[in-house]
Amino acid sequence: MATVLEDVGKKTIEHLDYVGNLNIQLWSTLRAMGSALPLVGNRYRWQATVRQMLQIGYDALPMVSLMALCTGFILAMQGASELRRFGALHYVIDLVAVGFTRELGPLLTAIAVSGRSGSAFAAEIGTMKVTEELDSLRVMAFEPIEFVLAPKYLAALISIPCLTVISNSFGIGAGGLFMFFSTRLAPLLYFRYVLGSIALRDVITGLIKSVAFATIIAHVGCLEGFRVRGGPDSVGRSTTSAVVKSTFLVIVADAIFTAIFYFTGAH
Amino acid sequence: MPIISIRDLVVEYEGRRVLNRLNLDIEAGETMVLLGGSGSGKSTLLRQIIGLERPKSGSVFVKGVDITSCASSELQKIRRSIGAAFQSAALFNSLSVEDNVALPLREHTALAPSIIDLMVWMKLAVVGLADFGKLHPQELSGGMKKRGAVARALALDPEILVLDEPSAGLDPIVAAELDELILLLKETFQMTVIVVTHEMPSAFRIADRIAMLYQGSFKSIGTKEEIKASQDPRVRQFLDRIPEDMAKAPTVATYFEKYLRRKEAFQ
Repeated sequence: MATVLEDVGKKTIEHLDYVGNLNIQLWSTLRAMGSALPLVGNRYRWQATVRQMLQIGYDALPMVSLMALCTGFILAMQGASELRRFGALHYVIDLVAVGFTRELGPLLTAIAVSGRSGSAFAAEIGTMKVTEELDSLRVMAFEPIEFVLAPKYLAALISIPCLTVISNSFGIGAGGLFMFFSTRLAPLLYFRYVLGSIALRDVITGLIKSVAFATIIAHVGCLEGFRVRGGPDSVGRSTTSAVVKSTFLVIVADAIFTAIFYFTGAH
Repeated sequence: MPIISIRDLVVEYEGRRVLNRLNLDIEAGETMVLLGGSGSGKSTLLRQIIGLERPKSGSVFVKGVDITSCASSELQKIRRSIGAAFQSAALFNSLSVEDNVALPLREHTALAPSIIDLMVWMKLAVVGLADFGKLHPQELSGGMKKRGAVARALALDPEILVLDEPSAGLDPIVAAELDELILLLKETFQMTVIVVTHEMPSAFRIADRIAMLYQGSFKSIGTKEEIKASQDPRVRQFLDRIPEDMAKAPTVATYFEKYLRRKEAFQ
C-alpha cells in the first residue's frame, strides 16, 4: 500500500513539475517574443518565423484540407442517415457548419499539426541538444528561448488559426457537396443556410481554441526537445512523447474550453 | 591579475560530487591544458568556466566578474569575449560553414555585410577552410568540422579561446595539424587558450601550463617540465599509461578452473 502511495505521489510530483516547466517556458517565450516580431524585432528571427510559418502552415495545407474534406463528408453522411428518418435532413447543414467552426476545424487542425510539427520541434531541438548546438548558442551569447523557441511559437500562433479557417471551409464545403448530390440543394443556397446557422461567436470561440492549441503544440514539442538527455535514442523518445502529450493536452484543453463556452453561454 | 580565477569550486550532480574545491588561476595570454582521464571532471570544469552551468558553491571569476552569481546581461557580455569550440564541433547543420562563422558577427555587430563577408573569409583562411565556406557541416570531414568550429569561435576576436577535446577522434596527422593551428592562433592573436584533452602528446606540444585532474581534484598544476617530473602516483600512472585494473593471469585461470569444475559436476 505504501509503495502504491509512494508511486502515486512520485508521478503526481513529476506531472506538476512538467506543468511548472511548461509555464516557465511559456512566460520566458512571451518575454522574448518581441524579437521575433516584424519591423520592431530582430530581422533574422522574423525570417526564421516566416520559414517556420511555411513549414507549419503551407506544408500542412494539403493534409489538413483532405482531412477536413473527408471528415465533412463523414459528418454529413452520418448525420443524414439519422436525421432523414425524422424528415430533418436540412439540419445536416447546421450540424456540419456549427460542428466544424466550433469543434472539428480547430481539433482536426491541431491533431494534424501536432503530428507533423510538434514532433519536428522536439526532434530538431533534441538533436541540437545532443550535438551541443544549444550550448554553443549560449556561449555565443544567444538565448535558445529567443533564438529557437520564439520564432516557432509566433509561427504556430499565426499558422494554426489560419489552417483552422481553411479546415472549416473545406469541412463545410464537403457538407455542401453532400447536400448537392443527395438533395440537389444549390451551392449558393447551401452557403446562405450556413451563414444563417453559424454566428460570429462560433468562429471566434473556434479561433480562441486554435490559439490555445498552438500554444500547447509549440511548447510541448519544444519542452520535450529541451528535456532530451543522452544520445540519439532519447531524441526518438522525446519525439514520440511530444506527439502523445500534445495530442492528449489538446483534447483536455478542448474539453475545458467547450465547458467554459457552454456554461458562460458563448455557445 | 589572472584573466580567469577559480575559487573553491564545488560541482555536484544529484548528490554526487564531480568537482571538489578546485582553485586555479589562468593568466592572460597563456595556454592552459586541463589534462585528465575520462570522468575526471575536465569537461565539467570547462562548462563552469564558460558559464554553462552553475556550481554548488565557489566562484569562477572571468575578467574580474564572478560568472556564477552575476546578472544574465553581464554573463552575456562576458560570453562575447569567449570563443568556444566543442568536442562535437556543434556547427549548425542547417547553415553553411561561412554562415556559421558569420552568425555571431551578423547578430552582435553592426558591420556592413561586405565587411562581414571579408571577416568570415579571413577567419576561414586562418583555419585553412577558405575554399570550403559554401559547404554544409555534414559535407566536411571530422578535422574540417573542428577547424570550422574554431573559425566560428574566433569570429568575434575573443580574448579567451576554449577548446574541448580538439583532437578527439582524429587521426594523428590531423590532430597534429590542429595543435599547430592552436599555437599559430595564440602567437597571432595573443589570446588566452584553454584546452581540455586527454591526449598527452598534444598537451605537451601546446601547453604553457598543465592542470592534471583526477576524480574532481587537481593532482598537479605546473609547467610541462614540472608535470613531466612529477612523482605523484596518479600523475605518473597517467603519464606512464599504467592501467587501473589489470586482468591478472592467476585470476583468469582461477575463474576458468571454477567454470570447468561446475561444468563437470553438471555432467
